[in-house]
Amino acid sequence: MRKGMSDDNGPVIEKYTLKAEKHDEKDLPEIEDKYKQAFLNVGYDPEGSERSGSFLQVDHSVLCSKVVQEGVEIMSTTDAIEKYSWLSDYWWHAVAPEKDVYTQQVDRKQTHGYFLRTLPGVKTTYPLQSCLFTEQDGLSQNVHNIVIAEEGSELHIITGCSVAEKVKSALHLGVSEFYVKKNAKITFTMIHNWAPEVEVRPRTGIVVGENGVFIGNYVCMNPVKDLQMYPITYCGKNAKATSQSIVYASEDSKIDIGSKMVLNGENSKAEVISRAVATDHADVTARGILTGSAANVKAHLECIGLMLSDTARIHSIPELEVNVKDCEFSHEAAVGRISEQEIAYLTARGLSEDEAAGAIVRGFLNVDIKGLPAALGEQVRQMIRVSAEAFE
Amino acid sequence: MLEIKKLNLEVDGRPVLKDLNLTIEEGESHVLLGPNGSGKTSLLLGILGFPKYQVTGGNIIFKGKDVTGLSTAERVKLGMGIAFQHPPVIRGIRLGEMVNLCRGDKSQQISKQTRILAKKLHFSDEFLNRDVNAGFSGGEIKRSEIMQLMAQDPDFVMLDEPDSGVDIENMELIGNMIGELLHRKIQPSKRTASGLIITHLATITDYVEVDWAHVMLNGMIACSGSPNRIISEVMKGGYEKCVRECQTTMDR
Repeated sequence: MRKGMSDDNGPVIEKYTLKAEKHDEKDLPEIEDKYKQAFLNVGYDPEGSERSGSFLQVDHSVLCSKVVQEGVEIMSTTDAIEKYSWLSDYWWHAVAPEKDVYTQQVDRKQTHGYFLRTLPGVKTTYPLQSCLFTEQDGLSQNVHNIVIAEEGSELHIITGCSVAEKVKSALHLGVSEFYVKKNAKITFTMIHNWAPEVEVRPRTGIVVGENGVFIGNYVCMNPVKDLQMYPITYCGKNAKATSQSIVYASEDSKIDIGSKMVLNGENSKAEVISRAVATDHADVTARGILTGSAANVKAHLECIGLMLSDTARIHSIPELEVNVKDCEFSHEAAVGRISEQEIAYLTARGLSEDEAAGAIVRGFLNVDIKGLPAALGEQVRQMIRVSAEAFE
Repeated sequence: MLEIKKLNLEVDGRPVLKDLNLTIEEGESHVLLGPNGSGKTSLLLGILGFPKYQVTGGNIIFKGKDVTGLSTAERVKLGMGIAFQHPPVIRGIRLGEMVNLCRGDKSQQISKQTRILAKKLHFSDEFLNRDVNAGFSGGEIKRSEIMQLMAQDPDFVMLDEPDSGVDIENMELIGNMIGELLHRKIQPSKRTASGLIITHLATITDYVEVDWAHVMLNGMIACSGSPNRIISEVMKGGYEKCVRECQTTMDR
């Protein structure tokens, strides 16, 4: 593949710079103060209250990697690979470096990323938080993240990716590799808050071991120029994986997201739930593939779209692929508009038509986010609500 | 309270009401009987001003004001309220939030008032967390609709078949609550709420005392009178016979 050519007519890497101004740890208080609201909007609380640890990267500088709970490790992947020689067993094992130009770029020109790990049997009392933030206009951030939940451990993560208000255009490349060991559990809630000229290419692989559980939640409520991601989850024996995404695509956003669940362990289960609202000129592709190749696998895909304008588009692509007899796979895909009957019902309770439509859209996005600790679930729901309210 | 004059109504270009007249005074409650398809529900939704129900002639006067051209939301603000027979499921909005909304409270935190009201309608706190109408049984829908109305506390209450598909235990509760909504438990001279209840078999009148009964046939009110007389005629010989008798009496 020629350098600079992408396999999906996506972002051209050369348009962006890799020269970032260096931030120092002593700049942290000032940066935290300056971008407090932007951080909070993606779930990162600079005060770190009710968090088991924090990781903050601004541009190419890691400004905070703080552990609060014993048995948890947080550091930049650059430090982690130096510290742990065994990390090479995980490095590029869930995502292939030659997958596309973006993974190649991260392989060649990595700019940190986070390493999060729970030691065997450790359960995080509060979630770990991380934030990958771009402050410099025109920058390319190329992170490589590794997350490991060792045997019998439980790791809850809330992570946000965002840009400073002054950033008009930027590129975010993020390779993330997750390893859920035997009897371990990871919940990973990711909140994206980009800008209309930002291009984003996350590349994610998730390996769930025997009896492991992975729950991924994705929320993106604001415009982005071009975002494409397609995490692949490999489910081992008795493993369970869930992927939920909530997307409000507005303006000229081009969003192509989906999830692939590979059920190659017997008795494994997977569920993919996606809710997409498309308005203005937004273009949404919602994908989902479930593949099953082991005995007694069970998976369901639910992909629902809500259209709010005649100039937007939703392309829903649910796929099931099975090559075992002993399986139960199903999918449900629907795209529709706001029901007039529902609007009428709410107006009969005193809401104006606009208020009723807003309430219905909010309700549509108000997916019951499963698997999170109660407080975190409530926080995420609240964040979705607040952003949805801004659309009225 | 409500005065409907020569109302003509169309749904999708099809006439459903023809020169309909109906007057309901303050403090009065009326029942409306009639076969399926006679236009009963269309009348309620027309009074409420649902966009699909186009007025092609006549007027709706509410509290002395011509509301014929007003939106549903405006009419509700003036004091109309309705309990639907088949309300839609609203995903992602919890029943408790909906009851808050009915009271004009937009907070998502289910209020204490809402909880107290729910208890009155035999709903648990847990039930208030369910999406509105999602998987509700027939009786639960009726109770939920009435609970929403009670939170709204309208001056003019419309009820679309509150007694259909309800078991006896629920019926008594629903009857009691409707009685409260329609001020049936206070002296007639002190009643300010009015009501219009659609009923198929008039079961509700065993639980709620009403002042007038009407029979609707083919988009018109064909017969009106005291509830006792009209209901017993309908029960004896059906709607059409009642209307025939009624017309003979009027001819005399």
